[in-house]
Amino acid sequence: MSEETSNRGQHDIGGLNVDSLIDKSEHRLSLSERRVDAMMNLLFAPDRKIFNIDEMRNAIESLPSDLYEKYNYYERWTLAMEKLLIGKGIMTAEEIAAKVTEIRARLREAGISA
Amino acid sequence: MSTDPLPQRFRVGDPVRVKPEFRPGHLRTPWYIRGKVGVVDGTIGNYWNPETSAEGGDGKPDRMVYHVCFKQTDLWPDYHGKNSDELIVDIQDHWLDAASMEEVKAGNLS
Repeated sequence: MSEETSNRGQHDIGGLNVDSLIDKSEHRLSLSERRVDAMMNLLFAPDRKIFNIDEMRNAIESLPSDLYEKYNYYERWTLAMEKLLIGKGIMTAEEIAAKVTEIRARLREAGISA
Repeated sequence: MSTDPLPQRFRVGDPVRVKPEFRPGHLRTPWYIRGKVGVVDGTIGNYWNPETSAEGGDGKPDRMVYHVCFKQTDLWPDYHGKNSDELIVDIQDHWLDAASMEEVKAGNLS
């Protein structure tokens, strides 16, 4: 990959050859997907303005290609929000990890696998 | 404090070339259209600059976003559609340079 090509965003695939057809099927949004959307809107909100749409898109599109390929649309949003919140010093990776552990334990107790 | 939008540099019908820039950053101009010549087909309105907004700024001053029309046969060497097929891409003012109708006629593949 040339240095120039390495500047090409993960999303900027117009004209590239792909191995498979793009999956254009729609699905009903799950509760967790709606929650990710809601979280992002709260972070964008005019009274908070933690970050803007372009910072968010940039954070998504500059994810390393292995992560970008591995995770789906809303999972990428989650990774991008995490990256921005940590980058801006609002949360630490340790705080997020501790919360995830706490939520997993709570779900296990309730008999929900997570 | 308000910041006035940058003056609109192009009008409908003007031949333009998309800047052949491949620098790093939050660039919204599709990769495959950079360096190509087309014709301004319309204006969408003044919008902030996402390149600086992505760095946490306000993206001011606003600048025009244009509809720029390209010939499909001009973009893809193996295009199998009709010769008259066109593609319209939204491109912001600072990504465009003035071009000539001769350049548009000569096309992008020659």
